Amino acid sequence: MNWYGLRAIYLHEMDRMRRTLFQSLISPFISTSLYFVVFGSAIGSRITEIEGISYGSFIVPGMIMLTILTQSISNASFGIFFPKFTNTVYEILAAPLSSFEIILGFVGAAATKSLIIGIVIICTAGFFVDLHIEHPFVMIFFLILTCVTFALFGFIIGMWADNFEKLQLIPILIITPLVFLGGSFYSINMLPEFWQKISLLNPVLYLVSGFRWSFYEIADVSIFTSLFTILFFLLSCVIIISYTFAKGYKIKN
Amino acid sequence: MREILKINNLTKIYKNKLKALDHLTLNILEGEIFALLGPNGAGKSTLINTICGILNFDQGNITVNKFDIMKNYRQARSIIGIVPQELNLEAFETIWDNVNYSRGLYGKSPNYEYIEKLLKDLSLWEKKDNKLRELSGGMKRRVLIAKALSHEPKILFLDEPTASVDVELRKDMWEVIKRLKNKGVTIILTTHYIDEAEEIADRVGIINNGKIILVDEKESLIKKLGQKILKIELAKPIKEIPKKLTSFNLKINTEKDTLTYIYDTKGRNTGITSLLSEIKSEGLQLKDLSTEQSSLESIFLNLVKESENELVRS
Repeated sequence: MNWYGLRAIYLHEMDRMRRTLFQSLISPFISTSLYFVVFGSAIGSRITEIEGISYGSFIVPGMIMLTILTQSISNASFGIFFPKFTNTVYEILAAPLSSFEIILGFVGAAATKSLIIGIVIICTAGFFVDLHIEHPFVMIFFLILTCVTFALFGFIIGMWADNFEKLQLIPILIITPLVFLGGSFYSINMLPEFWQKISLLNPVLYLVSGFRWSFYEIADVSIFTSLFTILFFLLSCVIIISYTFAKGYKIKN
Repeated sequence: MREILKINNLTKIYKNKLKALDHLTLNILEGEIFALLGPNGAGKSTLINTICGILNFDQGNITVNKFDIMKNYRQARSIIGIVPQELNLEAFETIWDNVNYSRGLYGKSPNYEYIEKLLKDLSLWEKKDNKLRELSGGMKRRVLIAKALSHEPKILFLDEPTASVDVELRKDMWEVIKRLKNKGVTIILTTHYIDEAEEIADRVGIINNGKIILVDEKESLIKKLGQKILKIELAKPIKEIPKKLTSFNLKINTEKDTLTYIYDTKGRNTGITSLLSEIKSEGLQLKDLSTEQSSLESIFLNLVKESENELVRS
Protein backbone atom coordinates (compact mmCIF):
# COMPACT_ATOMS: atom_id res chain seq x y z
CA MET A 1 0.00 0.00 0.00
CA ASN A 2 1.34 3.43 -0.99
CA TRP A 3 0.37 5.26 2.22
CA TYR A 4 2.31 8.43 1.39
CA GLY A 5 0.66 8.57 -2.02
CA LEU A 6 -2.79 8.07 -0.53
CA ARG A 7 -2.04 10.74 2.08
CA ALA A 8 -0.79 13.13 -0.63
CA ILE A 9 -4.04 12.87 -2.64
CA TYR A 10 -6.20 13.12 0.48
CA LEU A 11 -4.43 16.18 1.90
CA HIS A 12 -4.20 17.80 -1.54
CA GLU A 13 -7.98 17.52 -1.92
CA MET A 14 -8.61 18.67 1.64
CA ASP A 15 -6.37 21.64 0.97
CA ARG A 16 -8.75 22.67 -1.81
CA MET A 17 -11.44 22.97 0.88
CA ARG A 18 -9.16 25.19 2.95
CA ARG A 19 -8.49 27.43 -0.06
CA THR A 20 -12.22 27.71 -0.76
CA LEU A 21 -13.35 27.83 2.84
CA PHE A 22 -16.14 30.32 2.19
CA GLN A 23 -17.64 28.27 -0.58
CA SER A 24 -17.09 25.00 1.27
CA LEU A 25 -18.37 25.78 4.75
CA ILE A 26 -19.95 29.19 5.02
CA SER A 27 -22.17 28.67 1.99
CA PRO A 28 -23.94 25.52 3.33
CA PHE A 29 -24.19 27.23 6.74
CA ILE A 30 -25.97 30.25 5.20
CA SER A 31 -28.27 28.24 2.96
CA THR A 32 -29.24 25.92 5.85
CA SER A 33 -30.01 28.92 8.03
CA LEU A 34 -32.20 30.30 5.25
CA TYR A 35 -34.09 27.00 4.98
CA PHE A 36 -34.75 27.12 8.72
CA VAL A 37 -35.89 30.72 8.58
CA VAL A 38 -38.22 30.10 5.61
CA PHE A 39 -39.44 26.51 6.17
CA GLY A 40 -38.85 26.19 9.90
CA SER A 41 -40.12 29.53 11.18
CA ALA A 42 -42.09 31.38 8.48
CA ILE A 43 -43.96 28.50 6.81
CA GLY A 44 -43.29 25.86 9.48
CA SER A 45 -45.10 27.83 12.19
CA ARG A 46 -48.32 27.39 10.19
CA ILE A 47 -47.83 23.63 9.74
CA THR A 48 -49.03 21.32 12.47
CA GLU A 49 -46.72 18.73 13.97
CA ILE A 50 -45.85 15.65 11.89
CA GLU A 51 -46.08 12.44 13.88
CA GLY A 52 -45.56 14.41 17.10
CA ILE A 53 -42.51 16.32 15.82
CA SER A 54 -42.50 20.07 15.11
CA TYR A 55 -42.05 20.82 11.40
CA GLY A 56 -38.79 22.68 12.05
CA SER A 57 -37.30 19.61 13.73
CA PHE A 58 -38.86 17.24 11.19
CA ILE A 59 -36.99 18.76 8.26
CA VAL A 60 -33.53 18.66 9.92
CA PRO A 61 -32.57 15.11 8.75
CA GLY A 62 -33.90 15.81 5.25
CA MET A 63 -31.98 19.04 5.03
CA ILE A 64 -28.75 17.39 6.15
CA MET A 65 -29.29 14.65 3.55
CA LEU A 66 -30.03 17.24 0.85
CA THR A 67 -26.76 19.04 1.55
CA ILE A 68 -24.44 16.09 2.06
CA LEU A 69 -25.77 14.29 -0.99
CA THR A 70 -25.15 17.25 -3.27
CA GLN A 71 -21.85 18.12 -1.58
CA SER A 72 -20.51 14.56 -1.74
CA ILE A 73 -21.33 14.36 -5.42
CA SER A 74 -19.97 17.78 -6.34
CA ASN A 75 -16.78 17.42 -4.23
CA ALA A 76 -15.88 14.02 -5.63
CA SER A 77 -16.88 14.74 -9.21
CA PHE A 78 -14.93 18.01 -9.25
CA GLY A 79 -12.00 16.34 -7.46
CA ILE A 80 -11.30 13.94 -10.33
CA PHE A 81 -12.66 16.13 -13.14
CA PHE A 82 -10.36 19.08 -12.35
CA PRO A 83 -7.06 17.20 -12.83
CA LYS A 84 -8.51 15.76 -16.03
CA PHE A 85 -9.49 19.23 -17.19
CA THR A 86 -6.10 20.78 -16.37
CA ASN A 87 -4.24 17.67 -17.57
CA THR A 88 -2.48 17.33 -14.22
CA VAL A 89 -3.99 13.85 -13.90
CA TYR A 90 -0.88 12.54 -15.67
CA GLU A 91 1.17 12.55 -12.47
CA ILE A 92 -1.46 10.61 -10.53
CA LEU A 93 -1.62 8.00 -13.30
CA ALA A 94 2.17 7.82 -13.59
CA ALA A 95 2.69 7.45 -9.83
CA PRO A 96 3.04 4.01 -8.24
CA LEU A 97 -0.54 4.09 -6.98
CA SER A 98 -3.20 1.41 -7.39
CA SER A 99 -6.67 2.36 -8.64
CA PHE A 100 -7.96 1.56 -5.17
CA GLU A 101 -5.56 4.03 -3.54
CA ILE A 102 -6.42 6.79 -6.02
CA ILE A 103 -10.16 6.28 -5.51
CA LEU A 104 -9.72 6.06 -1.73
CA GLY A 105 -7.79 9.35 -1.72
CA PHE A 106 -10.32 11.30 -3.78
CA VAL A 107 -13.47 9.69 -2.36
CA GLY A 108 -12.13 9.79 1.20
CA ALA A 109 -11.44 13.51 0.94
CA ALA A 110 -14.82 14.26 -0.67
CA ALA A 111 -16.63 12.22 1.99
CA THR A 112 -14.68 13.94 4.79
CA LYS A 113 -15.61 17.38 3.44
CA SER A 114 -19.28 16.38 3.27
CA LEU A 115 -19.11 14.93 6.77
CA ILE A 116 -17.70 18.19 8.12
CA ILE A 117 -20.48 20.09 6.33
CA GLY A 118 -23.07 17.67 7.75
CA ILE A 119 -21.77 18.31 11.26
CA VAL A 120 -21.84 22.08 10.63
CA ILE A 121 -25.50 21.80 9.57
CA ILE A 122 -26.43 19.75 12.63
CA CYS A 123 -24.79 22.40 14.84
CA THR A 124 -26.56 25.18 12.87
CA ALA A 125 -29.88 23.38 13.27
CA GLY A 126 -29.31 23.39 17.02
CA PHE A 127 -29.61 27.21 16.96
CA PHE A 128 -33.07 27.08 15.37
CA VAL A 129 -34.80 23.98 16.73
CA ASP A 130 -34.73 21.79 19.79
CA LEU A 131 -32.54 19.03 18.39
CA HIS A 132 -32.88 15.55 19.81
CA ILE A 133 -31.10 12.48 18.43
CA GLU A 134 -32.54 9.13 19.57
CA HIS A 135 -29.82 6.94 18.07
CA PRO A 136 -26.65 9.01 17.69
CA PHE A 137 -24.46 6.08 16.57
CA VAL A 138 -26.96 5.03 13.90
CA MET A 139 -27.14 8.68 12.80
CA ILE A 140 -23.34 8.89 12.48
CA PHE A 141 -23.26 5.53 10.69
CA PHE A 142 -25.88 6.70 8.17
CA LEU A 143 -24.10 10.01 7.75
CA ILE A 144 -20.74 8.38 6.97
CA LEU A 145 -22.31 5.73 4.73
CA THR A 146 -24.19 8.36 2.71
CA CYS A 147 -21.10 10.59 2.37
CA VAL A 148 -18.98 7.68 1.12
CA THR A 149 -21.63 6.25 -1.21
CA PHE A 150 -22.44 9.53 -2.91
CA ALA A 151 -18.79 10.53 -3.09
CA LEU A 152 -18.27 7.29 -5.03
CA PHE A 153 -21.20 8.21 -7.24
CA GLY A 154 -19.72 11.69 -7.74
CA PHE A 155 -16.37 10.13 -8.66
CA ILE A 156 -18.12 8.15 -11.42
CA ILE A 157 -19.72 11.35 -12.74
CA GLY A 158 -16.38 13.20 -12.65
CA MET A 159 -14.72 10.35 -14.52
CA TRP A 160 -17.45 10.24 -17.15
CA ALA A 161 -17.78 14.01 -17.66
CA ASP A 162 -15.56 15.61 -20.26
CA ASN A 163 -16.92 19.13 -19.88
CA PHE A 164 -18.42 21.32 -17.16
CA GLU A 165 -21.95 20.93 -18.54
CA LYS A 166 -21.86 17.15 -18.13
CA LEU A 167 -20.43 17.62 -14.65
CA GLN A 168 -23.55 19.53 -13.60
CA LEU A 169 -26.05 17.54 -15.65
CA ILE A 170 -26.75 14.58 -13.35
CA PRO A 171 -26.71 16.55 -10.05
CA ILE A 172 -29.12 19.16 -11.41
CA LEU A 173 -31.41 16.98 -13.50
CA ILE A 174 -31.55 13.85 -11.38
CA ILE A 175 -30.16 14.23 -7.86
CA THR A 176 -31.78 17.52 -6.81
CA PRO A 177 -35.32 16.47 -7.92
CA LEU A 178 -34.89 13.06 -6.26
CA VAL A 179 -33.82 14.69 -3.00
CA PHE A 180 -36.70 17.19 -3.01
CA LEU A 181 -39.20 14.45 -3.90
CA GLY A 182 -37.66 11.96 -1.47
CA GLY A 183 -39.46 13.16 1.63
CA SER A 184 -36.81 15.63 2.76
CA PHE A 185 -39.43 18.22 3.70
CA TYR A 186 -42.48 15.99 4.20
CA SER A 187 -43.57 12.49 5.10
CA ILE A 188 -44.81 10.45 2.15
CA ASN A 189 -47.84 9.57 4.29
CA MET A 190 -48.99 13.11 3.50
CA LEU A 191 -49.22 12.20 -0.22
CA PRO A 192 -52.11 10.50 -2.06
CA GLU A 193 -51.71 6.71 -2.26
CA PHE A 194 -50.64 6.75 -5.93
CA TRP A 195 -47.79 9.21 -5.28
CA GLN A 196 -46.80 7.28 -2.17
CA LYS A 197 -46.21 4.22 -4.40
CA ILE A 198 -44.32 6.31 -6.94
CA SER A 199 -42.18 7.79 -4.14
CA LEU A 200 -41.11 4.29 -3.12
CA LEU A 201 -39.20 4.11 -6.42
CA ASN A 202 -37.04 7.01 -5.29
CA PRO A 203 -33.85 5.66 -3.63
CA VAL A 204 -33.28 8.94 -1.76
CA LEU A 205 -36.51 8.33 0.18
CA TYR A 206 -34.87 5.35 1.88
CA LEU A 207 -31.87 7.41 2.90
CA VAL A 208 -33.92 10.26 4.33
CA SER A 209 -36.28 7.84 6.05
CA GLY A 210 -33.49 5.86 7.69
CA PHE A 211 -31.67 9.00 8.72
CA ARG A 212 -34.84 10.50 10.19
CA TRP A 213 -35.44 7.29 12.13
CA SER A 214 -32.06 7.75 13.85
CA PHE A 215 -33.26 11.19 15.03
CA TYR A 216 -36.91 10.61 16.01
CA GLU A 217 -37.66 6.91 15.49
CA ILE A 218 -40.18 7.79 12.80
CA ALA A 219 -39.75 6.51 9.25
CA ASP A 220 -41.60 6.06 5.97
CA VAL A 221 -39.96 2.65 5.41
CA SER A 222 -38.24 0.17 7.69
CA ILE A 223 -34.73 1.08 8.89
CA PHE A 224 -33.43 -2.22 7.48
CA THR A 225 -34.88 -1.46 4.05
CA SER A 226 -33.11 1.91 4.21
CA LEU A 227 -29.85 0.27 5.21
CA PHE A 228 -30.15 -2.38 2.51
CA THR A 229 -30.87 0.28 -0.15
CA ILE A 230 -27.85 2.40 0.65
CA LEU A 231 -25.56 -0.64 0.89
CA PHE A 232 -26.88 -1.84 -2.47
CA PHE A 233 -26.17 1.57 -4.00
CA LEU A 234 -22.69 1.60 -2.42
CA LEU A 235 -21.94 -1.83 -3.87
CA SER A 236 -23.21 -0.77 -7.31
CA CYS A 237 -20.89 2.25 -7.29
CA VAL A 238 -17.92 0.10 -6.22
CA ILE A 239 -18.61 -2.38 -9.04
CA ILE A 240 -18.97 0.37 -11.66
CA ILE A 241 -15.74 2.06 -10.54
CA SER A 242 -13.89 -1.27 -10.51
CA TYR A 243 -14.87 -1.89 -14.12
CA THR A 244 -14.21 1.62 -15.34
CA PHE A 245 -11.48 3.52 -13.52
CA ALA A 246 -9.29 0.47 -13.05
CA LYS A 247 -9.41 -0.08 -16.81
CA GLY A 248 -8.70 3.57 -17.51
CA TYR A 249 -12.15 4.46 -18.86
CA LYS A 250 -12.06 7.97 -20.38
CA ILE A 251 -8.69 8.61 -18.72
CA LYS A 252 -6.08 6.25 -20.10
CA ASN A 253 -7.35 5.98 -23.67
CA MET B 1 26.15 -0.49 -19.72
CA ARG B 2 23.12 -2.59 -18.82
CA GLU B 3 19.67 -2.04 -20.28
CA ILE B 4 17.45 -0.23 -17.78
CA LEU B 5 14.41 0.01 -20.03
CA LYS B 6 13.26 -2.64 -22.48
CA ILE B 7 10.36 -2.14 -24.84
CA ASN B 8 9.35 -5.15 -26.83
CA ASN B 9 6.89 -5.29 -29.73
CA LEU B 10 4.79 -2.43 -28.34
CA THR B 11 1.57 -1.57 -30.16
CA LYS B 12 -0.89 1.15 -29.24
CA ILE B 13 -4.06 1.77 -31.21
CA TYR B 14 -6.24 4.76 -30.27
CA LYS B 15 -10.03 4.59 -30.22
CA ASN B 16 -10.16 6.31 -33.61
CA LYS B 17 -8.18 3.31 -34.99
CA LEU B 18 -4.99 5.35 -35.30
CA LYS B 19 -2.02 3.03 -34.81
CA ALA B 20 0.26 5.31 -32.80
CA LEU B 21 2.84 2.65 -31.97
CA ASP B 22 3.46 -0.21 -34.34
CA HIS B 23 5.33 -3.25 -32.95
CA LEU B 24 7.96 -0.94 -31.53
CA THR B 25 11.06 -2.40 -29.92
CA LEU B 26 13.66 -0.28 -28.14
CA ASN B 27 16.20 -0.69 -25.35
CA ILE B 28 17.61 2.14 -23.25
CA LEU B 29 20.96 1.87 -21.50
CA GLU B 30 21.47 2.89 -17.89
CA GLY B 31 22.96 6.34 -17.44
CA GLU B 32 22.68 7.47 -21.05
CA ILE B 33 20.92 10.43 -22.61
CA PHE B 34 18.71 9.07 -25.35
CA ALA B 35 17.12 11.51 -27.79
CA LEU B 36 14.02 10.39 -29.63
CA LEU B 37 13.57 12.34 -32.81
CA GLY B 38 10.52 12.34 -34.97
CA PRO B 39 8.10 14.58 -36.82
CA ASN B 40 4.74 15.61 -35.34
CA GLY B 41 2.44 12.65 -34.77
CA ALA B 42 5.29 10.14 -35.06
CA GLY B 43 4.38 8.54 -31.72
CA LYS B 44 6.98 10.13 -29.41
CA SER B 45 4.60 11.32 -26.70
CA THR B 46 2.44 8.21 -26.97
CA LEU B 47 5.53 6.09 -26.36
CA ILE B 48 6.53 8.06 -23.26
CA ASN B 49 2.99 8.13 -21.87
CA THR B 50 2.62 4.40 -22.41
CA ILE B 51 5.86 3.58 -20.60
CA CYS B 52 4.84 5.83 -17.69
CA GLY B 53 1.41 4.19 -17.29
CA ILE B 54 -0.58 7.22 -18.44
CA LEU B 55 -1.91 5.36 -21.48
CA ASN B 56 -2.99 1.76 -21.93
CA PHE B 57 -1.43 -0.26 -24.72
CA ASP B 58 -2.69 -3.12 -26.85
CA GLN B 59 0.25 -5.41 -27.35
CA GLY B 60 3.82 -6.00 -26.25
CA ASN B 61 5.63 -5.63 -22.97
CA ILE B 62 7.80 -3.09 -21.19
CA THR B 63 10.25 -3.68 -18.36
CA VAL B 64 11.84 -0.97 -16.26
CA ASN B 65 14.86 -2.06 -14.24
CA LYS B 66 13.66 -5.66 -14.93
CA PHE B 67 10.18 -4.92 -13.52
CA ASP B 68 7.22 -5.40 -15.84
CA ILE B 69 5.24 -2.15 -15.93
CA MET B 70 1.93 -4.00 -15.67
CA LYS B 71 2.68 -6.78 -13.18
CA ASN B 72 5.16 -4.85 -11.02
CA TYR B 73 3.93 -1.34 -11.70
CA ARG B 74 4.88 -0.02 -8.24
CA GLN B 75 8.56 -0.95 -8.54
CA ALA B 76 8.67 0.13 -12.19
CA ARG B 77 6.97 3.50 -11.78
CA SER B 78 8.72 4.44 -8.53
CA ILE B 79 12.00 4.99 -10.39
CA ILE B 80 10.49 6.97 -13.27
CA GLY B 81 10.00 10.73 -13.47
CA ILE B 82 8.14 12.44 -16.29
CA VAL B 83 8.14 16.01 -17.55
CA PRO B 84 5.17 16.43 -19.90
CA GLN B 85 5.17 18.51 -23.03
CA GLU B 86 2.41 20.91 -21.94
CA LEU B 87 2.77 23.21 -18.95
CA ASN B 88 0.16 21.34 -16.91
CA LEU B 89 0.11 22.68 -13.36
CA GLU B 90 -2.41 23.47 -10.65
CA ALA B 91 -2.92 27.22 -10.79
CA PHE B 92 -3.54 28.04 -7.14
CA GLU B 93 -0.86 26.05 -5.37
CA THR B 94 2.59 27.24 -4.37
CA ILE B 95 5.72 25.72 -5.90
CA TRP B 96 6.73 24.32 -2.50
CA ASP B 97 3.41 22.57 -1.86
CA ASN B 98 3.11 21.24 -5.37
CA VAL B 99 6.60 19.74 -5.53
CA ASN B 100 6.16 18.13 -2.10
CA TYR B 101 2.81 16.75 -3.26
CA SER B 102 4.51 15.07 -6.23
CA ARG B 103 7.06 13.44 -3.93
CA GLY B 104 4.23 12.09 -1.77
CA LEU B 105 2.44 10.58 -4.77
CA TYR B 106 5.50 8.43 -5.44
CA GLY B 107 5.32 6.99 -1.93
CA LYS B 108 8.32 8.85 -0.53
CA SER B 109 8.36 10.27 2.98
CA PRO B 110 8.76 14.07 3.16
CA ASN B 111 12.36 15.26 2.73
CA TYR B 112 12.36 19.04 2.96
CA GLU B 113 16.17 19.31 2.72
CA TYR B 114 16.18 17.47 -0.58
CA ILE B 115 13.31 19.53 -2.00
CA GLU B 116 15.07 22.73 -0.89
CA LYS B 117 18.26 21.67 -2.66
CA LEU B 118 16.30 20.66 -5.76
CA LEU B 119 14.54 24.04 -5.93
CA LYS B 120 17.84 25.84 -5.42
CA ASP B 121 19.48 23.79 -8.20
CA LEU B 122 16.68 24.78 -10.55
CA SER B 123 16.74 28.44 -9.47
CA LEU B 124 13.24 28.18 -8.03
CA TRP B 125 13.99 28.65 -4.33
CA GLU B 126 13.32 32.39 -4.30
CA LYS B 127 9.87 31.79 -5.76
CA LYS B 128 8.95 28.76 -3.65
CA ASP B 129 5.96 30.52 -2.05
CA ASN B 130 4.65 31.91 -5.34
CA LYS B 131 1.47 30.49 -6.77
CA LEU B 132 2.03 28.49 -9.94
CA ARG B 133 -0.20 30.72 -12.04
CA GLU B 134 2.10 33.66 -11.27
CA LEU B 135 5.10 32.02 -12.97
CA SER B 136 6.49 32.56 -16.44
CA GLY B 137 6.53 29.74 -19.00
CA GLY B 138 10.20 29.02 -18.36
CA MET B 139 9.66 28.89 -14.59
CA LYS B 140 6.72 26.53 -15.05
CA ARG B 141 8.93 24.26 -17.14
CA ARG B 142 11.46 24.21 -14.27
CA VAL B 143 8.70 23.41 -11.78
CA LEU B 144 7.68 20.45 -13.93
CA ILE B 145 11.28 19.23 -13.84
CA ALA B 146 11.39 19.73 -10.05
CA LYS B 147 8.18 17.73 -9.69
CA ALA B 148 9.57 14.95 -11.87
CA LEU B 149 12.75 14.82 -9.79
CA SER B 150 11.03 15.19 -6.41
CA HIS B 151 11.10 11.44 -5.74
CA GLU B 152 14.73 10.99 -6.88
CA PRO B 153 14.02 8.87 -10.00
CA LYS B 154 16.61 6.79 -11.87
CA ILE B 155 14.95 7.40 -15.23
CA LEU B 156 13.69 10.76 -16.40
CA PHE B 157 11.44 11.28 -19.41
CA LEU B 158 11.46 14.73 -20.91
CA ASP B 159 8.80 15.30 -23.53
CA GLU B 160 9.93 18.27 -25.62
CA PRO B 161 11.67 19.92 -22.63
CA THR B 162 12.73 23.02 -24.52
CA ALA B 163 9.64 23.54 -26.64
CA SER B 164 8.74 27.24 -26.79
CA VAL B 165 11.46 28.43 -24.44
CA ASP B 166 14.01 31.12 -25.25
CA VAL B 167 17.59 30.36 -26.27
CA GLU B 168 19.07 31.20 -22.88
CA LEU B 169 16.66 28.98 -21.00
CA ARG B 170 17.21 26.22 -23.52
CA LYS B 171 20.92 26.24 -22.77
CA ASP B 172 20.13 26.28 -19.05
CA MET B 173 17.94 23.22 -19.54
CA TRP B 174 20.76 21.44 -21.37
CA GLU B 175 23.02 22.15 -18.40
CA VAL B 176 20.41 20.76 -16.01
CA ILE B 177 20.11 17.61 -18.15
CA LYS B 178 23.89 17.16 -18.31
CA ARG B 179 24.13 17.56 -14.51
CA LEU B 180 21.45 14.91 -14.04
CA LYS B 181 23.33 12.53 -16.32
CA ASN B 182 26.46 13.07 -14.22
CA LYS B 183 24.44 12.05 -11.18
CA GLY B 184 23.60 8.77 -12.91
CA VAL B 185 20.06 9.52 -14.06
CA THR B 186 19.07 7.91 -17.36
CA ILE B 187 17.42 10.50 -19.56
CA ILE B 188 15.08 9.93 -22.46
CA LEU B 189 14.02 13.07 -24.25
CA THR B 190 11.89 13.71 -27.24
CA THR B 191 12.66 16.70 -29.32
CA HIS B 192 12.03 18.46 -32.57
CA TYR B 193 15.31 20.29 -32.31
CA ILE B 194 18.10 18.39 -33.99
CA ASP B 195 20.74 20.64 -32.44
CA GLU B 196 19.42 19.64 -29.03
CA ALA B 197 20.05 15.97 -29.81
CA GLU B 198 23.46 16.81 -31.29
CA GLU B 199 24.37 18.85 -28.21
CA ILE B 200 23.38 16.53 -25.38
CA ALA B 201 22.44 13.02 -26.53
CA ASP B 202 24.62 9.92 -26.34
CA ARG B 203 22.36 7.92 -28.59
CA VAL B 204 19.66 8.92 -31.01
CA GLY B 205 16.53 7.08 -32.07
CA ILE B 206 14.39 8.12 -34.98
CA ILE B 207 10.70 7.33 -34.87
CA ASN B 208 8.11 7.74 -37.62
CA ASN B 209 4.59 6.34 -37.98
CA GLY B 210 4.94 4.57 -34.63
CA LYS B 211 8.03 2.63 -35.70
CA ILE B 212 11.64 3.06 -34.72
CA ILE B 213 13.47 3.62 -37.99
CA LEU B 214 16.92 3.70 -36.54
CA VAL B 215 18.86 3.76 -33.26
CA ASP B 216 22.55 4.49 -33.03
CA GLU B 217 25.28 6.34 -31.20
CA LYS B 218 25.00 9.98 -32.16
CA GLU B 219 28.56 10.28 -33.41
CA SER B 220 28.49 7.01 -35.27
CA LEU B 221 25.15 7.89 -36.82
CA ILE B 222 26.53 11.09 -38.20
CA LYS B 223 29.65 9.27 -39.38
CA LYS B 224 27.91 6.29 -40.91
CA LEU B 225 24.98 7.88 -42.55
CA GLY B 226 26.19 11.36 -43.13
CA GLN B 227 27.14 12.89 -46.41
CA LYS B 228 30.21 15.02 -46.63
CA ILE B 229 30.65 18.24 -48.45
CA LEU B 230 33.92 18.99 -50.24
CA LYS B 231 34.54 22.68 -50.83
CA ILE B 232 37.02 23.47 -53.55
CA GLU B 233 38.26 27.02 -53.46
CA LEU B 234 39.76 28.16 -56.75
CA ALA B 235 42.70 30.51 -57.14
CA LYS B 236 40.79 32.52 -59.79
CA PRO B 237 37.03 32.85 -60.43
CA ILE B 238 35.64 30.97 -63.46
CA LYS B 239 32.76 31.92 -65.80
CA GLU B 240 31.00 28.58 -65.52
CA ILE B 241 31.55 24.99 -64.51
CA PRO B 242 33.54 23.22 -67.28
CA LYS B 243 31.46 20.69 -69.27
CA LYS B 244 33.74 17.79 -68.27
CA LEU B 245 32.83 18.39 -64.63
CA THR B 246 29.03 18.43 -65.05
CA SER B 247 28.73 14.71 -64.20
CA PHE B 248 29.88 15.49 -60.65
CA ASN B 249 26.80 17.68 -59.98
CA LEU B 250 28.96 20.48 -58.68
CA LYS B 251 27.53 23.72 -57.39
CA ILE B 252 29.23 27.06 -57.72
CA ASN B 253 28.87 30.06 -55.43
CA THR B 254 27.83 33.55 -56.56
CA GLU B 255 31.44 34.78 -56.53
CA LYS B 256 32.22 31.91 -58.98
CA ASP B 257 35.34 30.97 -57.02
CA THR B 258 34.19 27.97 -54.93
CA LEU B 259 32.88 24.62 -56.11
CA THR B 260 30.86 22.38 -53.80
CA TYR B 261 30.85 18.63 -54.16
CA ILE B 262 28.57 16.41 -52.04
CA TYR B 263 29.61 12.79 -51.62
CA ASP B 264 28.46 9.78 -49.65
CA THR B 265 30.93 8.53 -47.06
CA LYS B 266 29.31 5.09 -47.13
CA GLY B 267 30.06 4.61 -50.81
CA ARG B 268 33.14 2.67 -51.91
CA ASN B 269 34.04 5.28 -54.45
CA THR B 270 33.63 8.83 -53.28
CA GLY B 271 34.62 10.23 -56.67
CA ILE B 272 37.08 12.67 -55.12
CA THR B 273 40.12 11.33 -56.94
CA SER B 274 38.53 11.50 -60.39
CA LEU B 275 37.05 14.92 -59.62
CA LEU B 276 40.46 16.34 -58.65
CA SER B 277 42.05 14.73 -61.68
CA GLU B 278 39.39 16.30 -63.99
CA ILE B 279 39.92 19.67 -62.33
CA LYS B 280 43.65 19.37 -62.99
CA SER B 281 43.10 18.40 -66.64
CA GLU B 282 40.83 21.45 -67.07
CA GLY B 283 43.71 23.58 -65.86
CA LEU B 284 41.94 25.00 -62.85
CA GLN B 285 44.20 26.11 -60.03
CA LEU B 286 43.21 25.28 -56.46
CA LYS B 287 43.54 27.67 -53.55
CA ASP B 288 42.15 25.50 -50.76
CA LEU B 289 40.17 22.36 -49.99
CA SER B 290 37.89 21.71 -47.02
CA THR B 291 35.31 19.11 -45.97
CA GLU B 292 32.18 19.49 -43.83
CA GLN B 293 30.22 16.74 -42.07
CA SER B 294 26.47 16.82 -42.76
CA SER B 295 24.31 17.53 -39.72
CA LEU B 296 21.99 15.22 -37.84
CA GLU B 297 19.16 17.28 -39.24
CA SER B 298 19.82 16.28 -42.82
CA ILE B 299 20.21 12.63 -41.77
CA PHE B 300 16.92 12.82 -39.90
CA LEU B 301 15.09 14.39 -42.81
CA ASN B 302 16.48 11.81 -45.23
CA LEU B 303 15.43 8.91 -43.04
CA VAL B 304 11.95 10.26 -42.43
CA LYS B 305 11.53 10.85 -46.15
CA GLU B 306 12.68 7.31 -46.91
CA SER B 307 10.27 5.88 -44.35
CA GLU B 308 7.39 7.90 -45.81
CA ASN B 309 8.24 6.60 -49.28
CA GLU B 310 8.36 3.04 -47.98
CA LEU B 311 4.94 3.50 -46.41
CA VAL B 312 3.49 4.79 -49.69
CA ARG B 313 5.03 1.87 -51.60
CA SER B 314 3.62 -0.70 -49.14
